[in-house]
Formats: sequence, structure tokens, C-alpha cells
Amino acid sequence: MQGARAASAARAPGGASAPATPVGEPLLQLRAINKSFGSVRALSDITMEVPAGQVTALVGDNGAGKSTLIKAIAGIAPPDHGEIYWKGKPVRIHTPRDASALGIATVFQDLALCDNLDIVQNLYLGRERLRARTLDENTMELGAKQALADLSVVTVRSIRQLVASLSGGQRQAVAVAKAVMGNAELVIMDEPTAALGVTQTAQVLALIKRLAERGIAVLVISHNLRDVFEVADRIAVLYLGRLAGEGPIAEFDTQNTVEMITTGAATPRSAANSAAPSTDDAKDH
Amino acid sequence: MSSTLRPGEPTVAPAAAPSSGAASEVIEELTASDALVAETFSEYVGGWWKRVRAGQSGILPVLAGLVLLVIIFQVLNSNFLTAANLTNLMTQGAPYILLGMAEVFVLLLGEIDLSIGYVAGISATVTLELAAYPHPEPWWVAILAGLAAAAFLGLVQGTLITRLGLPSFVVTLGGLLGFEGLMLFLLENNSVASGGTVGITNNILSDVVNGNLDPAVGWIAMIAVVAIAGFFFWRRDFLRRRAGLAAPPAALTYLKIAAMAAAGIVVVWICNTNRGRISTLEGVPWVVPITLVILVGWTFLLGRTRYGRYIYAIGGNAEAARRAGISLGRIRTIAFVLTAMTAGAAGIVYASQLGSISNGMDGGTLVLDAVAAAVIGGTSLFGGRGKMLHALIGGIIIAAIANGMGLLGLSAAAQYMITALVLVAAVTVDALSRRGATSTR
Ligand SMILES: Nc1ncnc2c1ncn2[C@@H]1O[C@H](COP(=O)(O)OP(=O)(O)O)[C@@H](O)[C@H]1O
Ligand SMILES: [Mg+2]
Repeated sequence: MQGARAASAARAPGGASAPATPVGEPLLQLRAINKSFGSVRALSDITMEVPAGQVTALVGDNGAGKSTLIKAIAGIAPPDHGEIYWKGKPVRIHTPRDASALGIATVFQDLALCDNLDIVQNLYLGRERLRARTLDENTMELGAKQALADLSVVTVRSIRQLVASLSGGQRQAVAVAKAVMGNAELVIMDEPTAALGVTQTAQVLALIKRLAERGIAVLVISHNLRDVFEVADRIAVLYLGRLAGEGPIAEFDTQNTVEMITTGAATPRSAANSAAPSTDDAKDH
Repeated sequence: MSSTLRPGEPTVAPAAAPSSGAASEVIEELTASDALVAETFSEYVGGWWKRVRAGQSGILPVLAGLVLLVIIFQVLNSNFLTAANLTNLMTQGAPYILLGMAEVFVLLLGEIDLSIGYVAGISATVTLELAAYPHPEPWWVAILAGLAAAAFLGLVQGTLITRLGLPSFVVTLGGLLGFEGLMLFLLENNSVASGGTVGITNNILSDVVNGNLDPAVGWIAMIAVVAIAGFFFWRRDFLRRRAGLAAPPAALTYLKIAAMAAAGIVVVWICNTNRGRISTLEGVPWVVPITLVILVGWTFLLGRTRYGRYIYAIGGNAEAARRAGISLGRIRTIAFVLTAMTAGAAGIVYASQLGSISNGMDGGTLVLDAVAAAVIGGTSLFGGRGKMLHALIGGIIIAAIANGMGLLGLSAAAQYMITALVLVAAVTVDALSRRGATSTR
């Protein structure tokens, strides 16, 4: 398994491999995704799509089901019912490994970086390059340099500095570079700007745009609508586990988005989803 | 062409010979090198100072502490810096160093192994009993059996800890008690052990500590080691420059090689001075190269292999390691086996030094000395930060305190208390530097 991963990673850092799906085509489609925790219906009949080469923002109030939805896509907590299509074909994503084999990479809020390792070591964690059965540091360092250069928005003093010494924006960049190095075609980010200051938020937004420019689909969760309107091509609004609205950014403005987040109504394009009353609206009240 | 180099493509550079590379790494750590960052000397010094303030001071401050200790003891008793005493110090320090290296594996994971003192005792008991008359096994069979027994104990504890998710502190505390019992059982139920003691009858086992290299062999071996390590130093920089990567300034590399040669010359010169009272006694004790080989081997494992990288990763952020597809249970279990095996080697050295192993062995104190050696050297109790070299420096410090205070005629009570003070100071530095490291974010 290590060998296979290493082989797929081998093509990645250059960023030369263009995703097969043309920009705008649905890369990922969700059909009637359902997930319950006991009596809590965390996701009900979610049907949406994530197009290639675009940034899709997933917004919604606390407890709306955003994290549950991305966990379903990332294979961390598979849905109870529903279908997932990847490039038009039905797929099963039961484990994180299934997801990464398809080309889905997730950057969680905690980033999953080892503070005691340097940037190169973090980028290659779990897929180290070997030569004569020992770590091939020079090759990994060159690959890591390239991977960060491809993102070209954040600079670091040295690629050999410990991750502990990086700023929040730099850490996010390292986590994203790590995700993309695995040849990802879809990068999912959970609240990437939540803990960041103004400058670092700008860096991360630039990073997201850069990914889309490279033909990678981005699904980003955010609470901050200003950020969303700055980077997103599409918006999907979750309200108490159902899809309150979804569409190109042009169909949304701050006002109707806020309304949709807080009440689940005011859909911009009369989506069928929002008309159907949630079966257990009472759950959170 | 180097700028177009991509991971995965075959590169022209031939593979580095691993062990000598690790040897140079050991030396390099002595200077807390930021070799991969700085290109000029002043950049290098600046980078070093930055890391000191961030709590990654490297080994230089600890070495400075050792020098201070040596000066104090020498001022108080001029016998401290004699060839005989310093050679004595090297052999006395070897069990602490080896036990400290054993502990580094699990400390890096953020775990602890309290049982290694008696694991060492059991390994020594098995080895000595197998090599004893009237039916002695060859020395190497006895040693392999002793190490295998230790490895087995490590496997049992590691499996309990990783598979059942039990805290290592509790499992190995059980080991501390249970293995003392097992050692007593082995010593009391074997005809070769009389009165709870089994002596060394095999010359080779005795020579581990008491045998010396021929003085000429000592010089030749030292020169060869320095030359090979120096070559790999230079070669590593050369390959980095050729790949278009930053390499440390050449002057610094030569300085390191010179320091390494100086240290080698001093050690061999001390050991080759006649320290016999009646007949000639000279040469480097076998235990010195034995300890160095284990040090280089484990440094190589930690620094240059996937396994070692995963130990650091787990110690730094276990969840990140798990998500990277690393099998935590396997890496952790193997670490407990390696810890126990290294402790087994320490036990054999310890028995060789004493000439026997007995039911009076205090494995509890030994394990505290081992943890102290690793932590004083700079290995963190919180996991993720540490090196094999730390156990070498820390072990020498522990041995120097015991040796120096013995020369001064201080009581065991004073020795324990001073060692405890040094340990608490080291742990405090560890905790403070950890705070420093996290606050720089
Ligand atoms: N592991 C879980 N067990 C039980 N309930 C859960 C679990 N995870 C999420 N939920 C519930 O599902 C709903 C959606 O949660 P979540 O996806 O975390 O929301 P968001 O990320 O949008 O804030 C909430 O009501 C939450 O309490
Ligand atoms: Mg959430």
C-alpha cells in the first residue's frame, strides 16, 4: 500500500497533471444523502454537486450539518442512505483511504500537522521517498519546494523549519500543499480561516483561488460570508440538515444568504429541496 | 539539470552508505546544526540563537554544563582528570548511556518504560547462566538468548499497551515489580547461581568492559572512523549543492570534522595512557566502541529510516500520523521491543562490569538514572523531541556525578539528592522550552 501511495504521489508535486474533468463539469454529485445520529437527522436528502475547477462554499449555522456532510464525502462517517457520483460514476466512500484513492483530500480544522517535524517531513508524512531503504531527503526537499511554489501565495523562511514555528496562514498552506500532493482533484476545507487574522485570511483565500486556477475543485466550509463572496463560484446553504439553497454565486447576495442560513427560506431559485418540509424540524428547538 | 529534478525520478546520485552517514549525523547534532538552513557562517549562528530562544537549544548548553561539572570536580579533587579515572568513568557510564538510549525510543512516543532496569537484569541473568559452567554455551549464544529474552518482555508489554490501550506507565510499573520477581526466580532456581548470584566465567563476556583494544588498534580505528565520517559530512553537503539545495558553509563542515577528530584523539589518548599500578594497563575499553556502534545504529534508525520518522510523527501528533496512514500500534509495539533489547544490552554490559549479576541488583534506581540520562541530555518527557545522542551526554553526566562525588567521599545520600536536583532542573528546562516552543507560533 505504501508503494501505491508513493507512486501516485510521485506525479503530484509538479502540479502538471491536469484533472481529467473539464472546468464546470460536475466532479462530485451527491444524491439524496441522509445521515442520522439516533433521532437527530443531521442530513436529510442532500442533493448537490461540486463542479471541477470551481470553489463551492458550504455555509450554514452551527449544527446545520456541514461537518457531517464533509465527513460523509471524506469517508470518515459514511452516510446512511444516498448515492455519491464521482465523475459521473457511482462510488462508495467508506474509509478515508477510499476518498484519497479517488482524489479527494480533506484539510480539517486541526490541520493534522506534526509540530515537531519540519515542512518537508510533514508534506511527505506517510509517503516518504526512499533510496537504498533510507529516507531520500534531497528528493523530498526538492518536491516540497515545488509543491509550495505551485501554491505561490505563502512564503516561508526555510522549508526546513519546524511547523511549530509557522504562522496560521503558513500552516494552512502546508496542510493544503500536503493534501494536493496526493494528486487531489477535490480539496475539502473545514473552516480554513476561522482562527486567522486579516493578512493570513487573505493568504488562505488566495490559496483557495490558486487551487481552483489549477483545475482543482474546492469545497470550503466557512462562517464568514465576506470570505465566501470573495472566493466562491457557487454556494450551498444548509439549514437544519437540509439543503436550503444551492447555485452560482450570482444568485446570492449577503442579505438573502443570511436569511437562508437563519430561517432556511428565501431561496433564490425556488429549489425543490427547500419546499419540502424537514421531517423533524423540532429536533433542535 | 538539478533544478528540473522531480521526486520519483531516478536521480544520478548514488545511495549514501547508511551507517557512516549516521555517524556524521551524531557529530553534527553536537553542534545543534541548522545545516539545512544557513549558508553563511553568520546566518548559521543567527539561526542557532533563534532556536535556542525557541527552546530548541541543541546539545551545546548541556555540554557546557558537563564541562562546568568536570571543572568543579577537578578543582575539588585533582584525581578526577586522571587517565585512570576518566577511563573508569567511560566504563561506568556505559550502562547508564545504554539504558538512557533504550528509554529514548519510548520517550519520543510520549510513553515511558519503568521496567527496563529489571529487563536488563533478566537479560544479564539469562546470558550469564547460559554461559556458566558446567555446561557453558558459546558467548554469542548466551548474549543472543539474553537479548531475545529482553525483546520478548518488551513485546509483551508493548502489546498490552498498544492493543489493549493501557497506559505505559501502569503496564511497565507492573513490569518493574513482576520482572524483579522473575529475575529472582531465575537466580534462585538455577544450580549455576549460588546464593542468588551468578558470576561471569566466560572471558569474552568479561572483556566487554574489562578488555581493552590494543593501543595501536585504537588509534587506527579512531582515524578510520573520523576519516569515514568526515567524508560523509563533506559528501552530504556536496550532494545537496549539486541538487540545488542550500548547504552549510564549508568552513563549518571542516570545523565539525576538526572537532570530531580532536574528540577522538583525546579519548584514545586518555585510554591509551598506562593506567596500571603494577602491570601495564592501557587501551580503549571494548565497551566504548560497542556503545558507539549502538549509538550510531539507533541514530541511523531514528534519523534516516521511515520507522524513525514515524516515531517522531507519533510523538508529535498521533492523530496526524494516523491520518497519514501510519500504523500506530505496530510502530509503538516495535519501539517497546527496541527499548527492551537495548536495555538487555545494557544489562550484559552492567554484569560484565560487576563480574556477576545478583538478586541485589536495584533495577528501580537504574530506570530512574536512565530516564534522567535521556532527559538531562535534552530528550523531552512530552514526546516528539529527542535524540539518541542525548542519552550519551546525559549518561556521562550521571556517571560523572556518581564518580566525582565518590572521589570526594560524599555519601550515597548526597549523591542521590544531587542527581535528583540535576534531573529536576533538566525536566524544568524541558517543560519551559516546550512552553517556549508553543508560544512562538
Ligand atoms: N457524532 C455525532 N453524534 C451525535 N450527533 C452528532 C454527531 N455529529 C453531529 N451530530 C449532530 O448533527 C448535527 C449536525 O452537526 P454538524 O455537522 O457538526 O454541524 P455543523 O458542522 O454544520 O456545525 C448537529 O445537531 C449535531 O449535534
Ligand atoms: Mg462543524
